[in-house]
Amino acid sequence: MKQFIGFLRKEFLHIFRDPRTMMIIFLLPIVQLLLFGKVINTDIQNSKIAILDQSHDNTTREITSKLMSSGYFVLGEELMPGDDVEDVFRKGKVKMVVSFGTNFEQTLERDGKVDVQLLADASDPNTARILTSYASGIINDYVKKEKLQNIQLPNQINTEVRMLYNEGLKSVYMFVPGIMAMILMLISAMMTSISISKEKELGTMEVLLASPLKPIQIVLGKVTPYLLLSFINALTIIIIGVFIFGVPIKGSFIFLMAESFLFILMALSLGILISTIAPNQMVAMFISVLALMLPTILLSGFMFPIENMPLPLRIISHAMPPRWFIVIIKNIMLKGTGIMYVWKETLILMFMAFVFIALSIKNFKIRLE
Amino acid sequence: MKTLFYVIQKEFIQVRRNKTMLRMIIMIPLLQMLVLVFAATYDLKNVNIFLVDKDMSSTSRELASKIDASPFFTINNTSFNPDEGEKAILDNKDHMVLVIPQGFERNLIRDDKASLQLLVNAIDGQAAQLGYSYAASVIRDFNKNIIAEWKGLPEFNTPYQINSVSRFWYNSELEYKWYMAPGVLCILVTLIGLFLSGMSLVKEKEQGTIEQLNVTPIRKIHFLAGKLIPFVVIALFDLSFGLVVAKVVFNLPIVGSLWLVFGFGMLYLLGILGLGLFVSTLADTQQQVMFVTYFFMMIFILMGGVFTPVDSMPHWAQVVDEGNPIYHFIRVMRMVVLKGSNFGDLIHEFIAMSIIGITFLSLAVLRYRKTA
Repeated sequence: MKQFIGFLRKEFLHIFRDPRTMMIIFLLPIVQLLLFGKVINTDIQNSKIAILDQSHDNTTREITSKLMSSGYFVLGEELMPGDDVEDVFRKGKVKMVVSFGTNFEQTLERDGKVDVQLLADASDPNTARILTSYASGIINDYVKKEKLQNIQLPNQINTEVRMLYNEGLKSVYMFVPGIMAMILMLISAMMTSISISKEKELGTMEVLLASPLKPIQIVLGKVTPYLLLSFINALTIIIIGVFIFGVPIKGSFIFLMAESFLFILMALSLGILISTIAPNQMVAMFISVLALMLPTILLSGFMFPIENMPLPLRIISHAMPPRWFIVIIKNIMLKGTGIMYVWKETLILMFMAFVFIALSIKNFKIRLE
Repeated sequence: MKTLFYVIQKEFIQVRRNKTMLRMIIMIPLLQMLVLVFAATYDLKNVNIFLVDKDMSSTSRELASKIDASPFFTINNTSFNPDEGEKAILDNKDHMVLVIPQGFERNLIRDDKASLQLLVNAIDGQAAQLGYSYAASVIRDFNKNIIAEWKGLPEFNTPYQINSVSRFWYNSELEYKWYMAPGVLCILVTLIGLFLSGMSLVKEKEQGTIEQLNVTPIRKIHFLAGKLIPFVVIALFDLSFGLVVAKVVFNLPIVGSLWLVFGFGMLYLLGILGLGLFVSTLADTQQQVMFVTYFFMMIFILMGGVFTPVDSMPHWAQVVDEGNPIYHFIRVMRMVVLKGSNFGDLIHEFIAMSIIGITFLSLAVLRYRKTA
């Protein structure tokens, strides 16, 4: 036991004597959360558009001013007939061109209908789709309010919508659980795997193996400091999420921390497993980045909804631990459910931790090759 | 010149002898292109709906089958109790609950108006909004059809109508993969360049071999160039490999000139590798390099507009982005590959990238000392 405490002290010293890494570890979650909360924004606002108005009548002017006052668009350029739309798009200055043909108002009065062209730069398809749908929504609204005021329409279906759990449609509700999974994965799995493979690479592993420490003590000693750091980070993320971004914790705080603890344990055992496979730090790092970071960001439902992915990726995503953890956190924090709704996910995480530990024990070599 | 050649040769031998490294150079682009591009999509499909039809009239049944028939929605469960629906959302089984209240058909005919309720799981705000707007448009179409049917008209139109005709240039099918592929290529090239160069220098430090190099007549500039050039070559190889994969697998149209893509890519790599070397001159261990580069990469990528449009960011962030190499690279990639922009359209990006590159490289050169 005394030997173990000595070894643990060595591990803590390793970390504390490296202030640069320490700083990054504590800064990373904060910077990332602030970035996601304040900068990364999928909402459309102030998109630059161009107007090509060949009529210049009341209706086109009113529609233009309605578009500009919506907050979604700003006028980037006013085009003249004969201007090359292609040229405007190629320079990347505007995202959409709204084009009114000649005799716009007259056509509308005479025929009861008229077309307006929305030309969108679909090299960013998502933005293009949102911009055109906002613009056509504003135009429809204009027709309803200004032109159809006094006309009673028959058999109207009215859809009332209620946005559950996130009425303001704030994107930070998605990001807090995602970033938590990402940071915990990074600190726990990546740091542990690198720190163990470093001993291998520098040859100090040999010294440790020859010491009276048992293999299990070596591994526990390596893991404990990161367990502590991860836990502090989990707390930091939750505090920032709650107090700066107003993400609620509707469920039990203790239950939330217990689930985080489970996830950290799972990530640590994954880190040990990686270190038993990787011969040096560079390989450990690449495996971590490839096997942990990218899937955590992409296949966990953090940024992109899993249901939209092709079937093979949906199947692979089941093997991604963060996927289950994110479901658990969202359920506890945002929906306020208890164990009744997340027991399945919890069991899966436990099972994964168990498998990683079993595989690590099988792979851990006490002899050198 | 001869010294430089030998230094470069040494680096290449080191890369070649490292089996895992070689595998990484091939596997990372493949995996990234195939997994990332397919995974990163906001396209909406497979939205599960929980239906609560309390009306049970022919109109409500017709509406339900209309929704079920649309490609985005599947009616997954039905019940008469709205609470069951909310439970299904809690359980993540369904995304939306559609409640058709009792007397829906009667109200629609007698009062000329009737209401529906739609409950949406809005934790993912963007998906919720998109799902709602699709559902609303299906309901609107249905509304138009039944008016026409009941009035005995072939088609029902309101007296004044302005049709918005949308045209999507450069990507008429709104293929999201074409947007993601160039972005993912940028991440790929950055990942390879930044990590490999930074790690390789600091590894010499960690293992002490840098002392041996320092006492040789190799000049500082040769040493740094030796650390730079091989990784530029590897990263450019990965860029072309990734482009081929994108072309073959996603049928990515490459409208603009490849010379422009590679020219800018080279300029970009010199800058980004300069950053990698600068970081590694500051660090002592590989772990530090990894964390610092990871930190910068994360910020550069997230702010650079790979996943979310830069236009939606606050103004100050857009100003800061002028100093973000990934922002410029992604812009250029997307503009050249998808829109065929020419050099004239990209002068601003070329100038900005040159300034960034020269800054990073000079920092690395100034900071590196041959003394221990």
